[in-house]
Amino acid sequence: MSASDTTAGGRPAPSPGPVSSGPTPAPGGSGRTARRARAVAGVVLSLLLTLLGLLLVTFVIGRVMPIDPVLKVVGERATPAQYEAARQAMGLDKPILVQFVAYVGDVLRGDFGRSISTGHPVAEDLRRVFPATLELASIGTLIGVLIGVPLGVIAAARRGGWIDQVARVVALIGYSMPIFWLGLMGLLVFYGILGWVGGPGRQDIIYDGMVPNVTGLVLVDSLIAGDWGAFRDAFSHIILPASLLGYFSLAYISRMTRSFMLEQLSAEYITTARVKGLSERRVVWGHALRNIAVPLVTVIALSFGGLLEGSVLTEIIFSWPGIGSYITKTLLAGDMNAVLGGTVVVGVCFIALNALSDLLYKLLDPRSR
Amino acid sequence: MTDLSTRDWLLSAAPTTRRQARLGALYQGWLTFRSNRLAMLGLIILVLLALMAILAPDLAPYSPTAQNLADRLQPPSARHWLGTDALGRDILSRIIWGSRVTLFIVGTVALISPIIGLLIGTIAGFAGGWVDQVLMRITDIFLAFPKLILALALVAALGPGIVNAVLALAITGWPPYARLARAETLAVRNADYIAAARLQGAGSFRLLVGHVWPMCISSMIVRVALDMAGIILSAAGLGFLGLGAQPPLAEWGAMISDGRTYILDHWWVAAMPGLAIFIVSLAFNFLGDGLRDVLDPKGGAE
Repeated sequence: MSASDTTAGGRPAPSPGPVSSGPTPAPGGSGRTARRARAVAGVVLSLLLTLLGLLLVTFVIGRVMPIDPVLKVVGERATPAQYEAARQAMGLDKPILVQFVAYVGDVLRGDFGRSISTGHPVAEDLRRVFPATLELASIGTLIGVLIGVPLGVIAAARRGGWIDQVARVVALIGYSMPIFWLGLMGLLVFYGILGWVGGPGRQDIIYDGMVPNVTGLVLVDSLIAGDWGAFRDAFSHIILPASLLGYFSLAYISRMTRSFMLEQLSAEYITTARVKGLSERRVVWGHALRNIAVPLVTVIALSFGGLLEGSVLTEIIFSWPGIGSYITKTLLAGDMNAVLGGTVVVGVCFIALNALSDLLYKLLDPRSR
Repeated sequence: MTDLSTRDWLLSAAPTTRRQARLGALYQGWLTFRSNRLAMLGLIILVLLALMAILAPDLAPYSPTAQNLADRLQPPSARHWLGTDALGRDILSRIIWGSRVTLFIVGTVALISPIIGLLIGTIAGFAGGWVDQVLMRITDIFLAFPKLILALALVAALGPGIVNAVLALAITGWPPYARLARAETLAVRNADYIAAARLQGAGSFRLLVGHVWPMCISSMIVRVALDMAGIILSAAGLGFLGLGAQPPLAEWGAMISDGRTYILDHWWVAAMPGLAIFIVSLAFNFLGDGLRDVLDPKGGAE
């Protein structure tokens, strides 16, 4: 592993600056493929190590908790013999390393143990709640990209103009606002006072279970079933929480877009394009924006991961039956299997998104080849 | 010495003593900072917040925990400026007392995280080799974790409470500092002044503490100031989930959670503490921007 591999992990904000400044060797056919293969191998190796680290951390958290897992199973009044038997059955008498290997094996097989609060296997619960979070975070990211990118581009192109000022204030407020509070205020105004959107939850009760479950995404499922009423209902429920998440993603995406664009707009090829007589519109949207596509994809992937996490608090406010609600509900019940299972799943998504953006960066950006 | 000559002494282009040079640099930084209006606003808000926390017993019109069920859920009025909550407690008084909890959490986290990060980052950067590899791999693992979820799982394992919330936030918060400290260390590791100190017989520990750490401080401070708002929001999030300060202690996040049930009819119960959180984290963001301009001119390019 070379020293540069250590920087391959979760990089919060990749700089679009020159990655390799030295003279790039002429791209020969096989050398290039080998370099690409090495880049991919580096990312994969780093991904695997990080995943192992994730499991190690959740394993340790599961061990340090003051709740005795054996006691939870056998109850307070068990005899020492019963307690010992249960302890051995759970494998807790084995060396810690053996326990960890067993834990990793279980997780790889998709076995997170049984949830005490729901009575189902945790994996089954997670499969049920995950699509709700996925749907919310996807729509949120979509909103963030559709508004954030143009906002950032215009702010950079008209630097110091009123759109730039607005974008700055919007982002600053986004960075300073507690998301759960904004959610509550949104519910108060748009649901309580104006009545424009549906209330908490994913659907109104009358539509519950009316649409056959195909993907687990209510919007998609209702479209597949061709049920417009259900679609409208689901849309009126998701639009507020998704806009909320979208706002936070917009704050981040617009700032990053702006700084990427500023860097490009001061480059010489932009001056060349202007001197050539290209319209400002083509210079900005055609030349500069195209060149920030790669770092932008990275930012969007990271922001999507952030929304998966940010949805924890949002889901609680909106009684959204997703993974965030699941983790917090089981957490308050002291149900560690469920909490750690949920943590692993969100962590894996997060790490996978990180690795994906890393990989895209290495494969798509000619400067990093 | 009159004011004018103090100023001249501070701004002198040819300082005669080391102390004069140091104070002069500080003064110039202050002048830059002062010219940033938003940063000054942030500083003023935070000074007021600190005063509010210190003088809480004198400022608060009511006790933060005294219940008065006859006066429950009163809207803002002359008697209760920000209204009362479901147990008839005065919201203004609870916000004033809550500033202590907020400052405690933010202060301790903002102290612990950078210190862990500084230690790990400088050791990794200075030692190099496998030590660097291992430490940075660990840092990457923590960096790749979703922060809030990790904090949640930690608090779930350790049990809810203010100290455990601080611990969880500190454990999830240090990796960026380690990255930063390592980068700064690598930048100075092979500098001539380090070599000179080494030739004079300074040991690794002395080099690290006396010659590497001071180079990391300013960028660390900027990063801390910019992170403060995030710490406040995470702490409030934990409090909102019932994992931070436990009742009857007044904590802003937990107060929002209390008001959640009444949001449609008694909006002020949740709205007021949220405004407090918003104002304070906005102030930290202003302050951080201003400090960045002073201490790290390269980073504040925009």
